Amino acid sequence: MHISILDVFHPRQSRIHGLDPRVKLLGSLLIILTAVLLPEGAWLSQGILFGLIILLSSASRLGPFFIVRRSFIALPFLLAALPLPFLTPGPPLWSVPGLGWVVTSTGLVRFLTILIRTWIAVQASIVLSATTPASDLMWGLNALRFPRLIVAIIGFMLRYLFILADEALRMVRARASRSPRLAGIKRPGVIWQSRVAGAMVGSLFLRSLERSERVHAAMLSRGYDGEMRILHQPINKSLDWLLLLGMILLLSGIFYLSIWS
Amino acid sequence: MLLSPEPLHIPDGFLTPLLAAIGWLFAAIIISIALRQTRQQLGERQVPLMGILAAFIFAAQAINFPVAAGTSGHLLGGALAAIVMGPWAAALIMTAVVSVQALIFQDGGLLALGWNILNMGVLTAFAGYFSYRAMHKWIGRSTSGRVLAAFAAAWLSMEVGAIAAAIELALSGTSPLRIALPAMASVHALIGVGEGLITSGAVRLLQVSRPDVLDAGDSAPGRLPAAFVASGLFLAILLGAFSPLAANSPDGLEYVARIGGFISLAEVPAFAFLPDYTIPFITHPAVTTILAVTIGTLIVFSVTLIVGRRTARKEV
Amino acid sequence: MHHTVDIRNLHFTYGDGTQALRGVDLYIAPGEKVALVGPNGSGKSTLFLHLNGILEGEGEIKVCGKPVRAETLGEVRAAVGIVFQDPDDQLFSQSVYDDVAYGPIYMGCSPSEVDQRVERALISVGMQAARDRVSHHLSQGEKKRVAIASVLSMDPDRLVLDEPSAGLDPRARREFIRLLAALPQTMLVASHDMHMVAELFPRMIIIDQGKIVADGSTADLMGDQRLLETHGLEAPCGDFIPAK
Repeated sequence: MHISILDVFHPRQSRIHGLDPRVKLLGSLLIILTAVLLPEGAWLSQGILFGLIILLSSASRLGPFFIVRRSFIALPFLLAALPLPFLTPGPPLWSVPGLGWVVTSTGLVRFLTILIRTWIAVQASIVLSATTPASDLMWGLNALRFPRLIVAIIGFMLRYLFILADEALRMVRARASRSPRLAGIKRPGVIWQSRVAGAMVGSLFLRSLERSERVHAAMLSRGYDGEMRILHQPINKSLDWLLLLGMILLLSGIFYLSIWS
Repeated sequence: MLLSPEPLHIPDGFLTPLLAAIGWLFAAIIISIALRQTRQQLGERQVPLMGILAAFIFAAQAINFPVAAGTSGHLLGGALAAIVMGPWAAALIMTAVVSVQALIFQDGGLLALGWNILNMGVLTAFAGYFSYRAMHKWIGRSTSGRVLAAFAAAWLSMEVGAIAAAIELALSGTSPLRIALPAMASVHALIGVGEGLITSGAVRLLQVSRPDVLDAGDSAPGRLPAAFVASGLFLAILLGAFSPLAANSPDGLEYVARIGGFISLAEVPAFAFLPDYTIPFITHPAVTTILAVTIGTLIVFSVTLIVGRRTARKEV
Repeated sequence: MHHTVDIRNLHFTYGDGTQALRGVDLYIAPGEKVALVGPNGSGKSTLFLHLNGILEGEGEIKVCGKPVRAETLGEVRAAVGIVFQDPDDQLFSQSVYDDVAYGPIYMGCSPSEVDQRVERALISVGMQAARDRVSHHLSQGEKKRVAIASVLSMDPDRLVLDEPSAGLDPRARREFIRLLAALPQTMLVASHDMHMVAELFPRMIIIDQGKIVADGSTADLMGDQRLLETHGLEAPCGDFIPAK
C-alpha cells in the first residue's frame, strides 16, 4: 500500500532535474527572496519574474497543470489578506453595491502584489521539491552547512513518513469499515468520536516509539555511535554554478528595474 | 486534506523580509538550544527518535474525527509532543514537521519558515507543556487529571500560536491587527477544542496503557530554560502588537511600503518592539482581543479545573 | 578460537520484570548453519540482541573469542551481522546505496572501498539494479534482500537472521532460500518456517521460555513429533530433504 500523494518527487529527464541540488536550493531561495523584496505595484518586474518561473517550470518537464494544481495549497491563506483592498486607506476605486465597502486602489495594488508574490514563491518551491529527490535535498542541505543533526532528523522523518502515514491510513480505513451509518439511528457524539481518534493517535505514537527503538538497534548493529557520518558524493558541475550566477544577475536586474521604474 | 489542515502555515509573501529574517534568527537560536538539551536527554537515540516521532506527528495529523456538519477536527501536535517528550524534544520534533511541510509540501513558505516553526513548533509546545503541568498539578494526580489537563493545554497552545501568527501578519502589514487578531483568536478557539479533544484522547490511551511514557514526559529536563525562552519570545511578539506597525495606522503602512521597496537597513526601527507613545488603551485592537482571549482562557481552565477536581474526588 | 559464538549461562530480565532468558548455553562453531526455533516469546529475538551487545545480560558471551563488552562492541558489530525481522527497521537511509554503505562508512572505510563493498553486497543478493532506488518503493522480498546486503557490506563472519522468510510470498520465499543457501557465512537463523529449516540448516536448537530444551541434528529432532508439539512447534508435513 502506498500513499502516492506524499511522493512529491517526479523523476524526469530534464535540465532542472539534473542540476546540482545546492544550486536548486539556493536558486529557489533567491527567487523567493526577490519576489518578496519587489515593491508594491512593480508590475513589470513581477511579470518578468513570473516569466522566469514559467521558464523553469517548462524546463523541468513537469507539465503546466501539475504546478498549477499544487499551488492551490496557498489558497486558504489568501483569505487572510482579503480585507486589505477594503481597509487600506487611499484613493477609492470601487464600492461594493449595497454594503458600501470601498475598495481603494492602494489596497488593491497591495493585495495583488501579495497574491503574485505568494504564487511565485510557491511555484519556486514546487519546482524544487518536484525535481529533487529527498536524498539529494538532504545532501544539498548538508553541503550548504545546515546543522547536521537537523538534516539527519528530517532525513529520518522523510524515510519513515510513508510507513507511519500508511499505518495511520490503515487505522482510518479500519475505523471507517466499522462505522455503519444506519437510517434513523443517531451517530455517536463528538466526544466519543474524538476519543476514538485520540486512541488511534495514542496507539500510533506507541508503535512509533517502539519502531524507533528497533531502528536504533539496527543502527547500533551497523556501527552507529551517535555521530552522523555521511559519504560526500563529489558532484561538481561547474556549469550549474554558472547558471546560478546568471540567475543571480537576472534577479538583481529585475530588482533594480523595480526600483528605478 | 492529508497535509496539515491548520490555517497557521504562513506562506511566503505575507511577511516582510526583515520580519522573516528575525524569525529565522530566533528559530535558529532556539533550535540549537533544543538540539543540545535533547542530546543530554536522549543521548544517541536522539536522531532516530526525533525523526520517527516527527513522522508520527505528520501521520497523526491525518487522523480526523467528525465535529459538525461535514467539518472535522485534526491534530496539530505541538502540545501532545510536549506532553509525552518534554518541551525541547517537542520543539525539535515540530521543527522537523513544519520544515518538511514547507520544503516538500509547500505548506507554509520558506522565508516564513522561521516564524512558522516558532508559532507551530515552539510556542505551541512550550505553552502546551507548561499549562499541562500546571493544570495537572492543580487538578491532582488522578487518571482524569492528566486527560483534562491535556485538553486545556492543547487548547491554549493553539491560541498562543494563532495570536503570534496574527501579530506577525499585522507587523508585516498583510492583515490589519484589528481584523487578524480577533479572527485568528476566535477561529483557533474553535479549532483548539478539536485539538484539545484529540490530544486528551491520546493522553487517555497512554495513561491506560503506558503511564510510564507520560511520567517520563513529566520529568523531561530543561524546564527552566524553556520557561524563559517561551515567555521571552511570546512577550516580544506581544509587544509587537503595540507597535505602530501593527496598529494599521497610515504611518505603519507607509513604513511597510518603504521597507518593501527600498532597502535601507539604517532605518530599521528598533522601536517596533519598544513603543514610545501613549496607547489609547480601550480601543486598541490588540488589547481588546488579548483581553478577550485571556478571559476565554481563564474560563476554559477554570471549567477544566472544576470538572477535573470533581472527577478526581469521585475516583478516590 | 576464531569465528565462534560461545554463550554460557545467559540470563536476562526485562525492565518490567519479564524473565526472557534463563540460563542459555550455546556454542556455534565456524561454518555451522544453525536454526533456532521456538514459540513466540521464547526468547529468540532477545538472545539475538545479546549477540552484538545491544542488550546486556548476566552470563558470559564470547564472540570470536572476545567477551562482548563496551570496548569490543565495535569489532563485534562488524563481525556479527544481525538482520532483523522488519526490513523497514533496517532500511533507514534515503536510498538503497546509502543503507548498504552505512555499515562500511561507520567502519571507517574510504569512499572507494565503501563503493566496492556496496557493489559486492548488492551483487550477492541480486539487487545491484536497485542501487539508487528509494526503500519504500521496493517490494517486501526486495527489502529483505537489501537488508541482508546492508549487513553483508560489513563482511561479517557470521550472519544472524530473525524470521527471514516471514511475510514473503512463495516466489520471493523461494528466491530468498536460494540466496541463503548460497551465502558462505556461519549462520544462525530464528524461524517458524520449518520447511526452510529442514532444507537449509543441519543443526536445530529448540528454545522455550528462555531455556534451550533441545540441540541436535535437524533430521533427528524433526522426527520427534512429541518434542516439537510440547514446545509449540509442528514438523513440516510431506516430504522434505533434510540438510546434511
